[in-house]
Amino acid sequence: MAAKMTEQQASPEGRPEAGPEAGKEAREFREYCRRWLEENRPPPTETPLPQASYEVTYDDHRAYLCDWQAKCYEAGLIATDVPKVYGGHGYDNFQSIASDEVRRSKVPYFLNWIGLGMVAPTLLIHGSEEQKKRFLKPIFSAEEIWCQGYSEPGAGSDLVSLQTSAVKDGDQWIINGSKVWTSLGSLASWMLLLARNDKQDKYNGITCFLLPIDQTGVTVRPIHKMTGECGFCEVFFENAIVADDLRVDDVGAGWKVAMSTLTSERGAATGVGAVTHTESPLSSVKELIELAKTTKRNGVPVWDDPVWRDRIVKLYIRIEAIIQHARRAPIEAINGGAMRLPLQGKVVGSEIGQDLNATALGVLGMQSSLYVGDEHAVRNGRWPLGYMNSYTGTISGGSSEIQRNILGERILGLPKTK
Amino acid sequence: MAQPQDFGFDDDIVMLKDAANRFLGQRQTLVQLRSSLAGTEDPYRGKEREGWYDPAAWQEMVDLGWAMLAVPESAGGLGLGLVAAVAIQEEIGRAACPTPLSSTLQATFVLKEAQADAHLAKIAEGSTMALALFGEDGTPDADSTTVTADGNKLSGTSCYVQDAQKVDGFIVAAKAPEGLGLYWVSKESVTIHRARIVDLTRDQARIEIEDVEAEVIAEPGSGEQVMARALPALLTLLAADMAGAAEWQLQTTADYAKLRVQFERPIGFFQAVKHPIVNMMIAADETRSLVYNAACAYDHDPEDALRCARMAKASASETAAFCSNRSTQLHGGIGFTWESDVQIYHKRQMHSQFLFGDASWQRQKLAELL
Ligand SMILES: Cc1cc2nc3c(=O)[nH]c(=O)nc-3n(C[C@H](O)[C@H](O)[C@H](O)COP(=O)(O)OP(=O)(O)OC[C@H]3O[C@@H](n4cnc5c(N)ncnc54)[C@H](O)[C@@H]3O)c2cc1C
Repeated sequence: MAAKMTEQQASPEGRPEAGPEAGKEAREFREYCRRWLEENRPPPTETPLPQASYEVTYDDHRAYLCDWQAKCYEAGLIATDVPKVYGGHGYDNFQSIASDEVRRSKVPYFLNWIGLGMVAPTLLIHGSEEQKKRFLKPIFSAEEIWCQGYSEPGAGSDLVSLQTSAVKDGDQWIINGSKVWTSLGSLASWMLLLARNDKQDKYNGITCFLLPIDQTGVTVRPIHKMTGECGFCEVFFENAIVADDLRVDDVGAGWKVAMSTLTSERGAATGVGAVTHTESPLSSVKELIELAKTTKRNGVPVWDDPVWRDRIVKLYIRIEAIIQHARRAPIEAINGGAMRLPLQGKVVGSEIGQDLNATALGVLGMQSSLYVGDEHAVRNGRWPLGYMNSYTGTISGGSSEIQRNILGERILGLPKTK
Repeated sequence: MAQPQDFGFDDDIVMLKDAANRFLGQRQTLVQLRSSLAGTEDPYRGKEREGWYDPAAWQEMVDLGWAMLAVPESAGGLGLGLVAAVAIQEEIGRAACPTPLSSTLQATFVLKEAQADAHLAKIAEGSTMALALFGEDGTPDADSTTVTADGNKLSGTSCYVQDAQKVDGFIVAAKAPEGLGLYWVSKESVTIHRARIVDLTRDQARIEIEDVEAEVIAEPGSGEQVMARALPALLTLLAADMAGAAEWQLQTTADYAKLRVQFERPIGFFQAVKHPIVNMMIAADETRSLVYNAACAYDHDPEDALRCARMAKASASETAAFCSNRSTQLHGGIGFTWESDVQIYHKRQMHSQFLFGDASWQRQKLAELL
C-alpha cells in the first residue's frame, strides 16, 4: 500500500490565504517560503524528471532531487512542525503553509515521499526515542531514501494476510519471503517492513521493522510499469537480518502500526511535508482548459465544442470542491465528522485525476497517440503518460474499491463486507 | 433493402472466423511482440521501437486468402463483403495482432469504392498498403489533408499514417484545384518519419511527400465521394477490432476475478468487482451487435451504411475506454505492469478510440444524419 497522493489532493494549491493561519506570523512565514522558493528554484534537469516522485528511477535524478530536498529541509519547508530534538524546525501548524507554497511555486517534488509521508509520521507515533533521533533527520534531508514493504504477491488489498516471516534469533530477526510493488525500492537504503512473527494470530502476529536494504539477504528487482517507466520493485528476502532494536513498537503490534501509516497515507494525519507532484489538480485543469483552447479540430478550437467544454468545466467545478473540502475539513461545526472528508480525499482526488487525463486525451484526439520523445507530442506526451500513471492513484495505497468499502463501513456504518 | 437476418454470417464466414481465431491463438503474436520490445520499455532512455510484425504469419494470412478476401473476383480476389472482413478484423483485435492486414483491408474498401482494379489486383497478389489521409491536427476527415496535387505530382506531409513501416505503399488523399483526389505512392518514393506512440501493436508515421509522381486512384474532385462511400467500411473495421479487443479484456478480467483470492474469496465475489465486469460484457455486446449491423448494412444497404457505421464506432470507442479502464483497475498492481498483456490491449484500445474520430465525434456526425 503506497501512493502518498492524499496530501496533494486534500490540500491542493488555492487554499485561501486568509485561512485559519491568518495571523501575522503565519503570513510572514508564507512570505518567507514564497520568497525562498523564488530565489532558490533549481535549474531544470538535463533530461526531464518523471511526472511524480513515484516514477523516479535514475541515479542522476536521484542526486538532483536529494540535493533539492536537502536544501528545502534546511530552509524549513520540510519537517516544519517537527520538534527540534528530532531535527525538525519546531513551528506550530506551519507545515501546510510550507507545502502549499512548494506546490504553488511548481518546483520539483520531494524524492523521499515515503519517508516523509509514511515513515516519519509512523516513527513520530510509534518509534523509540533512539529510532526517532537516528532516523528522522536523514529522512528529512534525503540522506537516506526509504521504501515501504507492505504488499506481497498474495497480500494486496487484503494486507493482513501477508506471509513474509520474521523469526527471532537472539537479539535479531531473520526475514524470509518477498514484497512486491515496492516504490523507490531500487533507490532506497531502508525499508519500513511488515513481517509475520506468528502464523496463528492473523492480526496480532505482525511486527513492523526498519530494515536495512544493503545486505546480502535482500535482492531488489525493478518492475516496469505500463508506461514503460520503473519506479517500483520486487524485493526478495533470504535470511535477511534486522536487529531487534530496529523493531517498531511491540512484537505483534505491526498491524496497529500499519493502520496509522495508512492513515497518514490517506491524508488523515499531519504530514511532514511530502510533495509528490509538481502539478496540482487546479494547475492541471487550467492547463487542460488551455489545451482545449489551443487544440483545433476541423479548424475550430475544441473549447468551442460544447460537449468538451462541458466535460472540462465539470472537472473544474469538482476540483474547486476538493479545494473547499480542505478548507472545511478542519472546522468541526461543519465538517460532518472528523474523518468524513479526509477519508474521501484519496478516492475522489485520484478519480478526478484519472478523468482529467482521460478528458485531455479526448481533447487531443489522434494527437494523444504521440508519446514521450516524439517531437510532435504535445508537452512531450504528458497527457497519455499522465493518464496511464493515474492508475497509480486508483490502485495503490488501498484501491478505489477498498476506499469505498472503508467509507461505507466507517463513515456511514453500512454492514461490513467481511 | 432486404438484409439477411444472420448479418451475412453464412457457414463459410463462420468457418473463416473460427479458423482465424485458432490461427491467431496458435501464433502467440504477443510473445513474439514482447521479444521485439525488449530494451525499449523506458520511454526516456530505452531503445527506439520498430514497427514489429511477424512476416511469416503475414505470408500465411496471404496464403489463407485473408488479404484478398474483399478484393472483387474480377481483380483476382474472393469477392467477399465487409462482413467477412469484419469477422477477420475482430479476431485480429482479439489477438491485438500487429499486422499489415488491418491497413490493407481498409485500403481494399477504398480501392473498391474507387473501382481501382489494378491496385486491387496488387492486393490480391499479396501487396500491402495503408491510408494516408489526415493532416497535422488529426481531424478524422480526409479533407483535413495538407498534401496537394499538381497534376500527378504530390507534395506535403500526411500524418497519423498507420502501419507505415509494414506496407509497400500508401493511398494518399491530396487536394487539387478540382477537389480531393486519391493517389498511390510507393514507400520508396516518400520519407517515413516513425512516430513514437503509446500503442505497442501498431506503428504510426508522418509521411513526407516531396514532388512525387503518383498513380491516380480517384480523380481530383471525386475523392470525397469515394471516401464518403468507403468511410462506413473503415469505421466498421476499426470498431470490429475494438469489439474483439474488448472481448479479450472482458474474458481476461473475468478469468482473473475467478482466480485471484483476497479476503479468502476470489475477488469476483465482491460486487465492486463483479458488477463492472458484467458492465464490460454489456458494453462489448452492444458494440458487437452494432458492428455486425454496420457490416451487413454496408454489404446490403449502402444508403444506410454510414448511419450504422457511426453508431458502431461511437459504441466501440466508449466500450474500449470503459473496458480498458476496468481491466487495468480490477487487475490491481499486476494490471499496471508492462509484463501484463492487459496494458498492451489498453494501449491498443486507447489508440483505436481516436482513430477516425472518437465517440463524441461520431455522435455529432450521426446527429447530422438524424
Ligand atoms: C504504482 C504502484 C505503487 C505501489 N507502491 C507500493 C509500495 O511502495 N509499497 C507497498 O507495500 N505497496 C505498493 N503498491 C501496492 C498497492 O498498495 C496494491 O497494489 C494495492 O493494495 C492493491 O493490491 P493488489 O495489487 O494485490 O490488488 P488486489 O488486492 O488483488 O485487487 C484486485 C482488484 O480487486 C479489488 N478488490 C479486492 N478486494 C476487494 C473487496 N473486498 N471489495 C471490492 N473490491 C476488491 C481491488 O479493488 C482491485 O480492483 C503499489 C501499487 C502500485 C500500482
